[in-house]
Amino acid sequence: MDIAQPDHSRLLRPTGIGDWLFALVLAGAAVFALRQYGGFMDVYDKAILLLVVPGLAAIGWAWKPFRVFLAAAAALALGSVTLYQGDLARAEQVFFLKYLISSQTAIMWMSALFFIATGAYWLGLLARSDFAEKTGSALTWCAVTMGTTGLLVRWYESYLIGTDVGHIPVSNLYEVFVLFSLITGLLYLYYEGRYATRRMGAFVLLVISAAVAFLLWYSFSREAHEIQPLIPALQSYWMKVHVPANFIGYGAFALAAMIGVADLLVRRGILASRLPSLDVLGDVMYKAIAIGFAFFTIATILGALWAAEAWGTYWQWDPKETWAFIVWLNYAAWLHIRLTKGLRGPMLAWWAVIGLLVTAFAFVGVNMFLSGLHSYGSL
Amino acid sequence: MRHRSTSRALYELLSSMRFAISLLTILGIASIIGTVLKQNEPYNNYLNQFGPFWFPVFEKLELYTVYNSVWFLTILGFLVLSTSTCIVRQARPMLRDMRSFRESARESSLAQFQHHARLGTSLDADAARQATEGYLARAGFKVRANPREDGLLLAAKQGSWTRIGYFLAHSAIVLICLGGLLDGNLPLKAQMALGGKVVTSGNQLISDIKPESRLGLDNWSFRGNVFIPEGKSANVAVLNVQDGILLQDLPFTVSLHKFHLEHYDTGMPKRFASDILITDNATGKSVEKTIEVNKPFEFDGIMMYQASFEDGGSRLKLVGHDLRPGSTAATFPAEAAVGDSIKLANAGLDYTLEVGSFRAFNIENMANEEAAETNTIASLEKHLGSGAKSPTKKDMKNVGPSVQYKLRDSAGQAREYQNYMQPIEQDGAWYLLSGMRESPSAPFRFMRIPMDEDGKADTSLAIRRVLLDKGRHEELARRFAGVMLGPDAAPAIRNRMQETTAKTLELFAVGGFESVGKFIESTIPEAEREKAADVFIKILEGAGWEAWKIARASAGQPPLEMNGVRARLLRDTLNATSDSLHYGAPVYLQLESFEEVRATVLQVTRSPGKPIVYLGSLLLVLGVFAMLYIRERRLFVLIKASGEALVALSSNRKSLDVDESFRQHRDAIAALLNPNAGPSARS
Ligand code: HEM
Repeated sequence: MDIAQPDHSRLLRPTGIGDWLFALVLAGAAVFALRQYGGFMDVYDKAILLLVVPGLAAIGWAWKPFRVFLAAAAALALGSVTLYQGDLARAEQVFFLKYLISSQTAIMWMSALFFIATGAYWLGLLARSDFAEKTGSALTWCAVTMGTTGLLVRWYESYLIGTDVGHIPVSNLYEVFVLFSLITGLLYLYYEGRYATRRMGAFVLLVISAAVAFLLWYSFSREAHEIQPLIPALQSYWMKVHVPANFIGYGAFALAAMIGVADLLVRRGILASRLPSLDVLGDVMYKAIAIGFAFFTIATILGALWAAEAWGTYWQWDPKETWAFIVWLNYAAWLHIRLTKGLRGPMLAWWAVIGLLVTAFAFVGVNMFLSGLHSYGSL
Repeated sequence: MRHRSTSRALYELLSSMRFAISLLTILGIASIIGTVLKQNEPYNNYLNQFGPFWFPVFEKLELYTVYNSVWFLTILGFLVLSTSTCIVRQARPMLRDMRSFRESARESSLAQFQHHARLGTSLDADAARQATEGYLARAGFKVRANPREDGLLLAAKQGSWTRIGYFLAHSAIVLICLGGLLDGNLPLKAQMALGGKVVTSGNQLISDIKPESRLGLDNWSFRGNVFIPEGKSANVAVLNVQDGILLQDLPFTVSLHKFHLEHYDTGMPKRFASDILITDNATGKSVEKTIEVNKPFEFDGIMMYQASFEDGGSRLKLVGHDLRPGSTAATFPAEAAVGDSIKLANAGLDYTLEVGSFRAFNIENMANEEAAETNTIASLEKHLGSGAKSPTKKDMKNVGPSVQYKLRDSAGQAREYQNYMQPIEQDGAWYLLSGMRESPSAPFRFMRIPMDEDGKADTSLAIRRVLLDKGRHEELARRFAGVMLGPDAAPAIRNRMQETTAKTLELFAVGGFESVGKFIESTIPEAEREKAADVFIKILEGAGWEAWKIARASAGQPPLEMNGVRARLLRDTLNATSDSLHYGAPVYLQLESFEEVRATVLQVTRSPGKPIVYLGSLLLVLGVFAMLYIRERRLFVLIKASGEALVALSSNRKSLDVDESFRQHRDAIAALLNPNAGPSARS
């Protein structure tokens, strides 16, 4: 097995004119946003915006295709904003808005593209078709681009409803499901490039498709996609960092679980000649859980800081908090298992798969079955 | 000796990785219990839920307060213990390892490494050393050279900080647990056990609460609620403990000027904010401040948060409509504040009015539900476009104030009512809505009292009074028969008609349409029931119209002509009258005017563990990132006099990156050692 790119810690620095340009455009965008929309931000919002610039720049430097993706999504979102001309009604009148880049339409495109990509990856895996796998990969890129565009435009649309309604679209279950699909997709694409194999796509895209299916059901039968204003507890800059950090965690755990499924199949000799080796699968699983655990730790701490402000207690064993704690313990245990020689092998894969069930319960199960302070998105 | 070996074994168990894994798993499973069973509910709820047998069993197991229970804290304690012993056990070897370059590693052991290669070199020993050292430094290694018999060993390492990460992250866990303990309810339990503090029941005046249920200013860890109505002030917090309360004295007094409650157009809450004035009891210094959700305020080391809001005793003016048949004084005034419990004073009524809550506005969706979309394309279309539009029509309207109260009879039985102050439009006509329910878990069933042409409930209630007055049934029956049959009808027919009408009215007066329905079911064959029901309704409507005329005449009003609107009013009146017979109270209280007083509930906390927990969190994040993302690499290059070099690489983690970095370093060093050769030799 070959790792396509060298030790990536060394890539966290710009390596060419493209990288500098990317950073420059990011900084320019941040300055523009500050000048244009600074009035809507408090000092924390501004700090977050400024920290996003080096963050995105570093990702772009370490992972070149990300730059193209971000540029494309930003261009589409700007195009949408331009077409809107500040009037929501134009979503129904302008062809490109209605059928391409208004938020709902873009999210529908994302959904469709993810489904087709899943099919393409499976076709590629089963028929050993390079072309089908490449198509799957391209479609996944398109899907995450459309999804990101959709969320960005949704952000803008929320301000068109009213400046008191406007907010970042990570505030309810519908929005975070889009976010989850995006982040899982992006994480997958990263590993696909890094390990130079498209064979894992078939499995990872399954969990994304499941999320998208839920998203569609939620939207069509519960009308969850309608932008809602924020209740007082959610009006906080903490939301902007807490929720995305959480979903990097959830996305990475979901990805690891799907790799775990592939791992278990390979161990049984199923699809073994088509899937990557156990070494690669194990490595991806570890990488995903490591990044998931790191971000989930941050997210949980940010949640505690937020809770201290909104509810007066940084930790009070509300069901959502408790389940976050359980998820966290679970992956802490996983990381320790990996350090113990005797427990390696299928145990790790099983644990990662079961981890997804625990994660899924923390993510949606708590909202469905348990009541608590976490108000967003009861089903 | 034996003793030493058991404690040694215990130490090894506690600090072992397997023990840690088991502990993390057990803690996870234990945490689930408290999410399945709702925590910290009033004990009565649990008693109802589990019954008298299981309730005390679960109480003993501390299942109602899992996260404060002895057994849960014990498991957490084990985590702290295990992590601490683990740190202690790892400390020495890890620190030694961090500092050491292992520059005395033997060739034979290097050759055992999974990653090693023998390279040829065309340089002399010195040049080889220089080239390699230069490379290692450029690649971010720290190098130590050890010239020895078998050649020169360059021992290089990078990323040793990952070990520091281990200490940071694992001691952070201990810190967080300890900090959390300070802010939990252990300090309170200690005061109750050692300081003789006892909880008391919540329903008494604050001034009546005895000193043993009050906590002093020296209490350094607490969390409680302060309840302040607008225009009032408070200087104690209430702590909910077990099934009772304790009072916490505060070093300051908080007065509430105004509570702001704002809503979006959709009826969703938008802003809760309290304009308060805080005065230090000792110095008399005061600060004005607005506390909002997500915008707490600290004073005297105590944090204050906007927790919730309640009614602060809004004053309500009510009009009581006496619903008893035959009552003469039709209406009477009543005044009460929210939270009051007063005797209703009207001829012979023996009820207590307990005003539960008042809402100054209610935002409801007044749009009729649209039929579900059947066509999928059209349905998809509805989901395209902006996220701002609603696929179904919504028509959010403020339908005005409402009051919720209980009426308790002399036997102590109570029913709950919810009345809207303003009429609400439904199906094109206007009604006063009054909901009733028998238990708090049931939904309200609404009686709709129709409004007359003057926008009042009076007409409907006047008709009702005549209709239900047994003394008037004969007269109503006579008049109705007269209207129906004309003056020339045969007396026998007229009598039958009158009898039927009187009987119908009698039935109706007992249980409304329900009694009439039952009567039809028990006396009329199934095939004819529908027709019969029509007849009964005609009779009731006709008699109702006569009742209306009588009511007007006795009020000295001129007669009316029947028309569509009035027919509707009459039908609605019959419905309301029928419902009123199941209303469960002889009086309908109409809200006439109000003066709203809100109260804020602030949470006040003193949490000494917070800085410790926050510090722990910071260390945890730093430690986790250091452990996961600083890669430790040790690279050994043994340059032998024989013109051969041995390259070996090790790492504290096994992963594909290690393979990759070995390949890179090996190839780079090979190229340096053979400047004139082509691609490097491989092992
Ligand atoms: C909530 C509790 C704990 C958390 C969140 C935690 C977290 C972690 C993490 C994230 C790692 C790095 C794993 C990796 O690099 O793949 C680690 C390593 C380790 N943990 Fe824990 N841990 C916890 C409790 C414990 C306990 C109780 C012990 C002692 C028995 C322990 C012993 C170790 C050891 C020995 C390592 C390896 C360190 C190294 O080789 O650098 N951990 N821990």
